[in-house]
Amino acid sequence: MQTRLHVNGTTHHLDIDPRTTLLDALRDHLRLTGSKKGCDHGQCGACTVLLNGRRINACLALACMHDHDEIITIEGLGGPDDLSPLQAAFVAHDGYQCGYCTPGQICSATAMLEEMADGWPSHVTDDLTGATKPDATEISERMSGNLCRCSAYPNIVDAILAVAAERTRA
Amino acid sequence: MSEHHKMDAPDHARRLDDMAQGLIGTAMDRPDGPLKVSGTATYAHEWAVDNLCHGVLARATVPTGRVSDVAAQDILDRPGILAVITDRRLLRNPAQGGAGEAPVQDPSRIAYFGQPIALVVAETFEAARDAAASLRIDYEETEGTYRPEDAAFETPEDKQSSQGDLDAAMAQAAHSIDVTYTTPGHNSAAMEPHGAIASWDGDDLVLRGSYQMLKHNRKEIADSLGIDPANVRLLSPYVGGGFGSKLGIAPEAVAAALAARDLGRPVSVALSRQQVFETTMRRSETRQRIRLAADAEGRLTGIGHDAWVSNLPGETFAEPATQATPFLYGGENRQIGFHVARLNRTCAGSVRAPGEAVGVTVLENAMDELAEATGVDPVDLRRRNIPDTDPSTGKPFSSHTLRRALDDGATRFGWNQRQRPGTRREGDWLIGLGMACATRVNILAEARARVSLTADGRAVVETDMTDIGTGTYAILTQIAGEMLGLPLDRVTTRLGDTDLPPGSGSGGSMGASSTGSAVYLACRNLRAQIAARLDCAETDLTLKDGKAIAANKTTDLAGLSDGTLTAEGHIEPGKTREETRQATFGTFFTEVAVNAVTGETRVRRMQGTFAAGRILNHKTARSQCIGGMTFGIGMALTEELMHDPRDGHIVNRDLAEYHMPVNADVPQIDVVLLDERDDWASPIQAKGIGELSICGAGAAITNAIYNASGVRVRDYPASLDKILAGLDDGRG
Repeated sequence: MQTRLHVNGTTHHLDIDPRTTLLDALRDHLRLTGSKKGCDHGQCGACTVLLNGRRINACLALACMHDHDEIITIEGLGGPDDLSPLQAAFVAHDGYQCGYCTPGQICSATAMLEEMADGWPSHVTDDLTGATKPDATEISERMSGNLCRCSAYPNIVDAILAVAAERTRA
Repeated sequence: MSEHHKMDAPDHARRLDDMAQGLIGTAMDRPDGPLKVSGTATYAHEWAVDNLCHGVLARATVPTGRVSDVAAQDILDRPGILAVITDRRLLRNPAQGGAGEAPVQDPSRIAYFGQPIALVVAETFEAARDAAASLRIDYEETEGTYRPEDAAFETPEDKQSSQGDLDAAMAQAAHSIDVTYTTPGHNSAAMEPHGAIASWDGDDLVLRGSYQMLKHNRKEIADSLGIDPANVRLLSPYVGGGFGSKLGIAPEAVAAALAARDLGRPVSVALSRQQVFETTMRRSETRQRIRLAADAEGRLTGIGHDAWVSNLPGETFAEPATQATPFLYGGENRQIGFHVARLNRTCAGSVRAPGEAVGVTVLENAMDELAEATGVDPVDLRRRNIPDTDPSTGKPFSSHTLRRALDDGATRFGWNQRQRPGTRREGDWLIGLGMACATRVNILAEARARVSLTADGRAVVETDMTDIGTGTYAILTQIAGEMLGLPLDRVTTRLGDTDLPPGSGSGGSMGASSTGSAVYLACRNLRAQIAARLDCAETDLTLKDGKAIAANKTTDLAGLSDGTLTAEGHIEPGKTREETRQATFGTFFTEVAVNAVTGETRVRRMQGTFAAGRILNHKTARSQCIGGMTFGIGMALTEELMHDPRDGHIVNRDLAEYHMPVNADVPQIDVVLLDERDDWASPIQAKGIGELSICGAGAAITNAIYNASGVRVRDYPASLDKILAGLDDGRG
């Protein structure tokens, strides 16, 4: 079926099987392979992309349901010569090893920092009405939908904390 | 030019320490980092290949028997379906690590539930997936054995050993421990599922896959297909984790190659997560009995370790759970027993640190029980039992750092804060501290690498070695930069292509020291070539920042030669392997909180101190240690393959039901790497680090659970139901 996708600021017209997930449309049809397929069941977070600014699992979405949405993938956050602050912090803090979960982690962290800035509480937030404090406990809790078998978790937390601190100063 | 070195004698020269560039050992960022964080590193299933079609495996829904019919015609009429491959060359079992030959083939006979039977190929992935799911397969079922409890165990003669008289030592001991622990099966669960894209050009196959050891994998694929390895080229420049599961080839590789040959066009096959669980490797469940005999001061007089593990009929691999027991602690009376059951369960093979991961863990639990029985502090108990030489062979250790690791870890962690079991409470939380030792055998493997110095003064490192997240790109770049005096931006490392010289592959923690040594040797040869051009001795040459300094004269490396200077390094293990016991050592210290109401355990602090010879990159080595310790958290608390007792099938075959640690389960782990050189291990004085940090980690947590709650869980994982049952028994 005919599907239109807005990805990283570009509009694409695809003629694809209606069963095609957003993840497979990105990877196989648009050649945006930065979004990864770790489980295809919404269990690992490796396929996390931003849909109208919110983090979602692209493997749980059908491509044809999103022709009016703005999708940002890891490729839209920054290229190898033009890294976003989070991407650069992941390199500096070694917030990855094999790198397969990494684009999902970074997309997730990008949206997660906005959620915190907007005052969304989490399971570990003590004060549900005040500002949330970006500490290791909050970051760990909010990033637990993104699995990493190499277990860069402590380094991922450090990378995100460094960017959060920069944002607070700015 | 070729530089060959056989490790027949210790290398006390330590030439890397004489170099001037200052790269080696530093916490340099990975050169592959910008590609990985921007999603532009190309993994197996991501190559842009024209005219690609897609294959999905159809698999057995019975555990044992034979296939009587595959109703291919029912689905071949559907739009977009191209083929149903039922070739006898399809793999039944995945290949074991380092096999270098075809694993068990012919999927028409079924040995385990979920085994591949056929490949359905279609124009689209969606059509192939749907057709594979609805492909009717008829079976003639037979009886199998699905539970260790029902199996007859083999007791291979070459895996039993004894010294002295352990029974007598146990009878005479002032204190003795005789305990049996069980550990469940584990899955590597690398984040990238196995995937392959096969393309043929005449008789030549190019296979883009996700593998750890390309020189062996190439032979495994060639042998499976019945072709010459020279006709197979494998590409795996980026591998999304392995942890043993990609040591040998898995069913997708051969299936893609056969289908691409039949159809005359490229075919991709990716395993689903469920297929990874069921058709690649599992770590065997284990039952382990530990016997410890000690005098009144806790000095061991005897040590016994018996292990019961399982695998499919005909598979030679058996989880070597007793591997470190012969050398970790002293005691003159020793006994090793080893038993293997033949079960119709998914193939058992290597999962991160096969052997010590579960074996040292259980031994370290038993040592904690001995500490309790003798009243000796657990750290002191280990100190008292460190042997001077390998107690089973009398050979010297190439280096031994356990005492340093114990001292360092205990001090940093604040071990002296530990209280008696069950005496520290914060609200509903019972708090406890635990510790364990780490050890892992060290291996040097044959490896080759080529290094070229171009006319404009840049170096290119080339080998078929892989980087599975371990940091190979970083450390090989550092070794070449250090030896040739080049800044990082003038060194390029190319990996994961069988057209390049065969490295060691990634596995058994041997990649860095082995392939790193090959790069070192190539660079040593290049240094000699440079020295010859400058008319000086290689040892009088200083290379730094792209310049050669000799006899007070400075020469740019750029322009030194009209053409490219090239050397190939070739390392082989030698006599030092036989003359010394080589191992790595470390310690774990943990603080846990056990909820007195729910039985839930939280790891609040975790400290690891490790020594593995020369550390080549502090950043990537530390990350490896964090990863191993996190595997230990999973092993201790949540990870468990569950098999249906009726047919052996893995019930929790996905990442929602197989519980590996998530971010919130892992504290900000503290890792210390001790400074060390092991001259016997390799000419770069490095040993393996990737697996050491899982070997015993789980015991530090379960020992802390005991200290917190008084509950000793001997049936891993220490899930809340087991802890609650212990608390209810009044043991808490």
